[in-house]
Amino acid sequence: MDEQNTNADPKRGGGKDQGAYWATNIRIIAGCLVIWALVSFGFGIILRPLLAGIEVGGTDLGFWFAQQGSILVFLALIFFYAWRMNKLDREYGVEEE
Amino acid sequence: MDQFTLNLIFVGGSFALYIGIAIWARAGSTSDFYAASRGVHPVTNGMATAADWMSAASFISMAGLIAFTGYDNSSFLMGWTGGYVLLALLLAPYLRKFGKFTVSEFVGDRFYSQSARLVAVICLLVASITYVIGQMQGVGIAFGRFLEIDATTGLLIGACVVFAYAVFGGMKGVTYTQVAQYCVLITAYTIPAVFISLQLTGTPIPGLGLFGEHTASGEPLLAKLDQIVRDLGFAEYTAAHGSTLNMVLFTLSLMIGTAGLPHVIMRFFTVPKVSDARWSTGWTLVFIALLYLTAPAVGAMARLNISELMWPNGTEGAAVSVEQIETSPEYAWMATWQRTGLLDWEDKNGDGRIQYYNDKNADLQARAEANGWQGNELTNFNRDILVLANPEIASLPGWVIGLVAAGGLAAALSTAAGLLLAISSAVSHDLLKGQLTPNMTEKQELLAARISMAAAIVLAVILGLNPPGFAAQTVALAFGIAAASIFPALMMGIFSTRINDAGAVAGMLAGLLVTVLYIFLHKGWFFIPDTNTFTDADPLLGPIKSTSFGAVGAAVNFAVAYIVAGMTKETPQEIKDLVASVRVPKGAGAAVSGH
Repeated sequence: MDEQNTNADPKRGGGKDQGAYWATNIRIIAGCLVIWALVSFGFGIILRPLLAGIEVGGTDLGFWFAQQGSILVFLALIFFYAWRMNKLDREYGVEEE
Repeated sequence: MDQFTLNLIFVGGSFALYIGIAIWARAGSTSDFYAASRGVHPVTNGMATAADWMSAASFISMAGLIAFTGYDNSSFLMGWTGGYVLLALLLAPYLRKFGKFTVSEFVGDRFYSQSARLVAVICLLVASITYVIGQMQGVGIAFGRFLEIDATTGLLIGACVVFAYAVFGGMKGVTYTQVAQYCVLITAYTIPAVFISLQLTGTPIPGLGLFGEHTASGEPLLAKLDQIVRDLGFAEYTAAHGSTLNMVLFTLSLMIGTAGLPHVIMRFFTVPKVSDARWSTGWTLVFIALLYLTAPAVGAMARLNISELMWPNGTEGAAVSVEQIETSPEYAWMATWQRTGLLDWEDKNGDGRIQYYNDKNADLQARAEANGWQGNELTNFNRDILVLANPEIASLPGWVIGLVAAGGLAAALSTAAGLLLAISSAVSHDLLKGQLTPNMTEKQELLAARISMAAAIVLAVILGLNPPGFAAQTVALAFGIAAASIFPALMMGIFSTRINDAGAVAGMLAGLLVTVLYIFLHKGWFFIPDTNTFTDADPLLGPIKSTSFGAVGAAVNFAVAYIVAGMTKETPQEIKDLVASVRVPKGAGAAVSGH
């Protein structure tokens, strides 16, 4: 329990820095989740009728997003987030030693 | 060499491998048992998590459900992969930074309340046990097939094997065993799919073959499939038929359920650093995607093969004859599966042929009358047998069939073991040591862990004798429960300092109760047949089926938590500091057991 609190002490310029770090993180998360929802719930389900005209292998683009496309986008999102956050950690000097 | 011996060699050989690894890496201390040492590389951890998480539902059941429903069951594909985005962005790095062994420890500390921890343990137990039921179903079917006995006897034998296997080691043994299991299961899933894709489309990559050209007809594969199932009176494969709202909620339930499953989250406590937790989630999804990009191809191609086998002269010609089914080697799989009680046919009109069509379709009824058909004669085709039967349906060599049996068991076994570990740590570590008998020795804690594993298996077998659906559907119910109870508490714990002890407890209880109630009303109390008030064909709330209710339960959880937290005492400052420290990676140490 005690070790959890030791680094609550503001380091490197204090709580303001950590606030900015967290705000940036939230922005990145929000951006990623918009894409996450768009490819699955959007293109794969709700917006599928709008994509009906675009043909992919005997069916339409919406079907492709529902069965394959969204999975590929999910992968890209997770690796992007890992890369972006590890970079952000270094920018704010909050990475692990 | 006959098929039975081949199956025995593959299944026996793979088991010997897992048990060998488990003995080699046997858990010594409590720390080993729960979280191994923290020396697990992100890629290794990703592979083990993929094996842990891809269960009988993904391997044995999912492609069958997609095959017989088509587009509407795409929810399984999006839901069970999209959850990893939530896990990677919203939970894994922070829980790793927090640095405890179990999910309920986080809930207990963050909401500074033993009751919150207790409620989290209960949620976790309900979700995990429902999940184990689905695994036992899969184990029963796989054992039933490869020992050529009925599925119930298979279930009982499987339960003994799972137990013997799970008590051998803790997370460390399980981590390396699961790497081996991943290799077995992905090979077993991919090889037949590659063969079948080559047969049908000439493309060795099944995921591309699905959107490729059907060599025999020169048409796109999916267009050909649509035409065949339409001719037989079934719903078109690529078209949407169900309610859009239900599909959205079902997909969402599976996604947030994935991110709320204790045995998956526990995995991210075992990587060395916070940055590794982020990468590890990505690697997990890479290994899962290898199967998930293949699964829709397996489903579509199997549906095409089955339809063509039942109508060897085309859908307008004569159906397959009973004599052919009984004597031709191409149809030998039907007799083998008939013995498990999961496949059956009956020549209702006595014309010596088996007509497989949708007898509820008005257009087909006209054709049936003209030809003297008296209903669909492929009377039973359990969705869960499709993947295991797939290599036989496509007349692939015997060793592929043995390999698939071994892969199916690897999938069911690895997940069952991971879940039993989560259950046993919840009981021994959180419930007994954390709450009831804090003075337990390490030895007693390990003993309690093993006893609770045994109890969980017995309970899952009893409930698994009357499963509430096909394996993947049972598992979907478990995801709904995790979605409604655990995920919201974890997310609010990290992203909001406003939610206090009372809010979290009220939220989790409300989410859990309302979801379990909705499930029991539709699936029967404790899944006992005929005790249900509603059915999923005509659900209580509009189009929302019981498998989709988890998303609604989660919304209830969030809402109740915010309302109750607004009316009760504010979160104390030291907890706000704790949340602040969880949000930055710096200073993450090794996990400690907090008491």
